[in-house]
Amino acid sequence: MDQDEAEIIAAVLRGEAGRFELLVQKYSPRVFATARRYARRESEVEDIAQEVWLKAFQKLGSYRGDAPFEHWLMRMTVRTCYDFLRAHQRSREASFTDLTEPENDWLERFAAAPESASEHADAARQLVERLLAQLSPPSRLVITLLEIEDRSVKEIAELTGWSVPLVKVRAFRARAQMRKLLARMARDKYL
Amino acid sequence: MNLDELHRKLFAAARTHRPSDAVPYAFEKRILARLADKPALDLSTVWLRGLWRAAASCAAVCVLLGMWTLFTPAAASSGDELGQQFENTVFAAVDQESESAW
Repeated sequence: MDQDEAEIIAAVLRGEAGRFELLVQKYSPRVFATARRYARRESEVEDIAQEVWLKAFQKLGSYRGDAPFEHWLMRMTVRTCYDFLRAHQRSREASFTDLTEPENDWLERFAAAPESASEHADAARQLVERLLAQLSPPSRLVITLLEIEDRSVKEIAELTGWSVPLVKVRAFRARAQMRKLLARMARDKYL
Repeated sequence: MNLDELHRKLFAAARTHRPSDAVPYAFEKRILARLADKPALDLSTVWLRGLWRAAASCAAVCVLLGMWTLFTPAAASSGDELGQQFENTVFAAVDQESESAW
């Protein structure tokens, strides 16, 4: 761990709460970027980030310093995001009849000639967002970490606090759910 | 439609996009203000909270035991027998002394 960081943490634990600001300044960009993967509205993103930092302050005494502070904080961030997903679980009635025009265009281009559909299109990202929103919280979390952030099963287990076999089971289920959703999207579009 | 290829393309698109890491203006000040609002937990508060919880648990156990004693059917022995047994117990030491004196 960074010597300065260890010193800051020790100072905060001694009661100099003002020093905590330095940690907030340094790591907030990562916390916000992670929160934006799971929450769409900026007010929700801010709520998640705020909760992460309040928890980090309260639990700072449990940080042992054997791993980088950033890893400890990211575990807390991912778990707070998961709690957010569970608390804001919307009814996930899968329907793809209300796709926007760019999304429809992208799908049509893909159906006509898959290689012509760009991997850099906003429409494709919005479609992924739409699909993710219809997954259950564990599936959404595991698919995001595994397929979008390219993390290994072991890393996911460390971040989420789940066991490695549980991550594998959840990844399997999430992929199956995703496949069903894709099939439904294709059917809704072309029926 | 090739679903595997669709899946690959969509997630490739998602991977190319990194969410913004912008932090709202003076966010850290807001966090510190929130921390200042929260009353600091000193050792005596933690102890007091623990003791209150322990007291509540003890009271609940007392109530349960009381109810169990009240509502359990009385044992087969009658009140007279119980009185006799009580007397024997209380005077056991005296009885022993008088027997040894003989």
